Amino acid sequence: MSTELQSRTAAPSAKRPPKPVGPWRSNIGLKIAMAVSGVLMVLFIIAHMAGNLHVFEGREEMNAYAAGLRSFGEPLLPHESLLWVLRIGLVASIAVHLWTGIVLSVRSHHARPVKYAHRQQAKGESPNAYLTMRLGGIVIILFVVWHLLDLTWRTVNPVKDVHDAYGAVVATFDPSRWPVTVFYLLALVALGFHLRHGVWSAVQTIAGPGTKWRKRTQATALAVAVVIVVGFAIVPLSVTFGLVE
Amino acid sequence: MSIDFYRDGAPVADAKAPAGPIENRWEKRRFSGRLVNPANRRKLRVIVVGTGLAGASAAATLGELGYRVANYCFQDSARRAHSIAAQGGINAAKNYRNDGDSVHRLFYDTVKGGDFRSRESNVHRLAEVSTEIIDQCVAQGVPFAREYGGLLDNRSFGGAQVSRTFYARGQTGQQLLLGAYQALQRQVAAGTVDLHTRHEMLELVIVEGKARGIIVRDLVTGEITTELADAVVLATGGYGNVYFLSTNAMGCNVTAGWRAHRKGAYFANPCYTQIHPTCIPQSGDHQSKLTLMSESLRNDGRVWVPKRKGDDRHPADIPEDERDYYLERRYPAFGNLVPRDIASRAAKVVCDEGHGVGPGGLGVYLDFADAIARLGKPAVEAKYGNLFDMYERITGENPYERPMRIYPAVHYTMGGLWVDYDLSSNIPGLFVTGEANFSDHGANRLGASALMQGLSDGYFVLPNTISDYLADGPFDALDETHEAVVAARREVEERIAFFLGNEGDRTVDSFHRELGKIMWEYCGMERTDEGLRKAIGLIRDLKAEFYKRVKVTGKAEGLNQELEKAGRVADFFELGELMCIDALHRTESCGGHFRAESQTDDGEAKRDDDEFSYVAAWEWGGDEPVLHKEALVFEYVKPTQRSYK
Amino acid sequence: MKLKLRIWRQSDADAKGRMVAYELDDVSEDASFLEMLDVLNERLIAEGGDPVAFDHDCREGICGSCSLVIDGQPHGPQGATTTCQLHMRKFKDGDSIDVEPWRAGAFPVIKDLVVDRSAFDRIIQAGGYISAPTGTAPDAHAAPIPKEDADAAFSAAACIGCGACVAACPNGSGMLFMAAKVAHLGLVPQGQPERRTRVLGMVAAHDEAGFGGCTNTGECAAACPKEIGLDVIGRLNRDFRKAAVRAA
Repeated sequence: MSTELQSRTAAPSAKRPPKPVGPWRSNIGLKIAMAVSGVLMVLFIIAHMAGNLHVFEGREEMNAYAAGLRSFGEPLLPHESLLWVLRIGLVASIAVHLWTGIVLSVRSHHARPVKYAHRQQAKGESPNAYLTMRLGGIVIILFVVWHLLDLTWRTVNPVKDVHDAYGAVVATFDPSRWPVTVFYLLALVALGFHLRHGVWSAVQTIAGPGTKWRKRTQATALAVAVVIVVGFAIVPLSVTFGLVE
Repeated sequence: MSIDFYRDGAPVADAKAPAGPIENRWEKRRFSGRLVNPANRRKLRVIVVGTGLAGASAAATLGELGYRVANYCFQDSARRAHSIAAQGGINAAKNYRNDGDSVHRLFYDTVKGGDFRSRESNVHRLAEVSTEIIDQCVAQGVPFAREYGGLLDNRSFGGAQVSRTFYARGQTGQQLLLGAYQALQRQVAAGTVDLHTRHEMLELVIVEGKARGIIVRDLVTGEITTELADAVVLATGGYGNVYFLSTNAMGCNVTAGWRAHRKGAYFANPCYTQIHPTCIPQSGDHQSKLTLMSESLRNDGRVWVPKRKGDDRHPADIPEDERDYYLERRYPAFGNLVPRDIASRAAKVVCDEGHGVGPGGLGVYLDFADAIARLGKPAVEAKYGNLFDMYERITGENPYERPMRIYPAVHYTMGGLWVDYDLSSNIPGLFVTGEANFSDHGANRLGASALMQGLSDGYFVLPNTISDYLADGPFDALDETHEAVVAARREVEERIAFFLGNEGDRTVDSFHRELGKIMWEYCGMERTDEGLRKAIGLIRDLKAEFYKRVKVTGKAEGLNQELEKAGRVADFFELGELMCIDALHRTESCGGHFRAESQTDDGEAKRDDDEFSYVAAWEWGGDEPVLHKEALVFEYVKPTQRSYK
Repeated sequence: MKLKLRIWRQSDADAKGRMVAYELDDVSEDASFLEMLDVLNERLIAEGGDPVAFDHDCREGICGSCSLVIDGQPHGPQGATTTCQLHMRKFKDGDSIDVEPWRAGAFPVIKDLVVDRSAFDRIIQAGGYISAPTGTAPDAHAAPIPKEDADAAFSAAACIGCGACVAACPNGSGMLFMAAKVAHLGLVPQGQPERRTRVLGMVAAHDEAGFGGCTNTGECAAACPKEIGLDVIGRLNRDFRKAAVRAA
């Protein structure tokens, strides 16, 4: 007979098999989903920013551009096809981005439940990213809600005619409504920080560049963030300061 | 000459090494040893204590073979065993450089390097197996240094005249250990190895003359548990910490081996200790350990001291002709690359003469100025950058600008539990591997040979030899109510209760420090009859005081680091005494054991082969240990006086 | 030099801990940080108190045992240095120093400054190895490895498993540790056959152990005593994506 029965067995933790969670539900899997949805939104934002600049061409051209988006592809495609594709894509991206953000934040919270008594300044390559991403993300989502109520659905915008995009822009950034402009600009700053980290983080998550390309990606992300912030900020500032009427 | 501290016992012999041509002995033994049928291996449990190179490799390999293995370590992870700190490299007779290396040359160099105090059969096997180790480690993904062609790089190391040392920057031990650790973790995942970290073995269980289990303490909960098995393997490392200050990790201890010794296992050649020549000198009384600077530094660094005694000028201000490059002067053939024992003693000699540099005059310069001039700073940085950084962190001095200060420190212990060719101790079922046994290095270990021996024992030797013993198993069922188990457990509990209950006033460390000073002073680089006798007295007095005055705080339950230290230091006292007795009885000088009475006219170690060509295997006898001699036979390498001139 | 210390004391895993103040006079600037704690402990024992428990072993920066957050920084203020190699000359007379344990959900405190890091072992068990059972292996020269790859593998393999990356990470993520091993084994030819199963297994074990996700903030790399960089995390992400796509 062997000594089998009398021996102590190992701590159960050592042999506990990992929970059979599919790879896409892992932290990295979720992060990839977050990165892909983020990249899609960045592409949309860049297109959106370019569209906004039509405001400098005047009311006619701006509204024609807005109408053109609605009629894009007609008569081959139904009315507003492009917009619906964009809307569905955006809603899906936001949903994925938000959901993964919440799940990962909750997991992070559990993974680091106790704070240090001695707080030390961050030293990493992208310091305090978790703040600009999480808190910044909340600011951005609040802004998006306001933005939809204001310039898409016009609930809080004085110009109710959905075909007058130019009028709505000019009305909302009227100097008398300066808090709206300030909120818009603050949200842009939040977006800028979000993108400066988010763009390179997405590339790191999806493509995993080496050290040289990581540095280049970080520089590119900063450039993208600056271009987007400036490109968006120029419109409300122009309206508020009377360059566009 | 009569020495009244011990008794003579019957001679002992290694009954397992086959006779015949030395090249065939290992193959012969593997064939003559019995095997265990794969289906039966599942019924056999083997305990492995220690997760260093020798322990992790043995546990992983035994697990792969299908035995049920229980593996223990006191560290919080198997990856932290002190093998991880080995810097320089690992030898193998690959002859990749076509510089005349061969198995026979590695065998020859190791026997000679060990000053003819090791067994030829064992050493030859070690040399044979060395090549397999490299192949095995590369297969595991160990990132050895490579050349631009993609093949493995080799260097000459520690006095070898061929380039047979494989290395991974200055972290060879780390990379080899991680390879073994990963193989071990693979077996843990496979369920063949139960790994218990933060557990310390405190007693050996012997039933009907066979080693059948161990008593361990869970260092986190304080719980005392029993592990029973068909065989026990100790891979518990060396005992250099008896000196308090050594290059060993803080936790390294002799307790597992010493408990086995007290239960009847012979302890062989305890006085053979290796003092490593290139360590960072002590900086003050707060010092808790000494840090080794890899021996590879001697490949490019030149060792010197000022010719004028007490010369305290900045080293750069001392002109060339006022420097004594004493190794190059005394040993022109080997120069700065003489074996460790010789380099260490030479440093002691010049410091004792008053030429030493740095605090207390206990240091010599290791100078890279010539290497930097010859190779350029970037090349030196590429080779030794991490070592230079480490030196600067510890001393605050920049070795690119100012020569390093180095001094010898206790590094490795060649002695250990006596084992036969099968790595079995004299207690059936108790096997000992790696630094914990005494087997392969004789009186002095060559550089880059410790990693080789640990992995040779664990990967290739023990798994092949233990089957011959286990073929008789499984042995009779045992449980924790067996009287031998109960008694062993009680001993452990009583020891713990004693320490916690003792109303003392001195810390464990204060005793350990004092013991270390005695050992270093009288049983260090140079030993004398008078000093050793004095040391034995001092140790006995200090031991008595220890049991009277030691103060151990805390409880038996839960993590109690003072209690851990107390048990270890208690065993160091007994070991220290035995080391001194062994050193006292061996009136010759050999390898790491230098008796001042036995030296040549020019101060070199003088062996006495007529009297001392034997292994001293000591049986526990309280104050009067019993000496069993194992005669050494040299058929292939005829003993000569070592000369590195 | 004189020092004011505040050290996290917690008698066991379930106890509530707190920062306790101590003062030390006469600390040698040649002492290491741990030797300074040794001095404190000798005093505490003499006074009949309970010495501060902390993990340490080799004291030469390679075993990865020591694990103190000193003034909010894992392993203290000196870059590329473990706590045991940090020397008091880096501090000034009269300094106040805060000492805390690693903080992470996956590293519960055992006592005082000692934490349980066995989660790292479980990550390795889930695939952080090359399956090469002991036996006759191909000759070591059979598969040459470009020096560049061998060096990169070595740099990643230099990880000492101390857990500073986790302690520094605001998300308590073990990504840098895991990525270092994935990078090491993925850079050598022997590691290729298991490359996909390895990364999937290790990632699952990492999450299961309760480590958080990576926000690419880079605090881990800044804290790593062996200067392992974010490129290994990129490599892990890449390997993971490829493996997950194939597995889907």
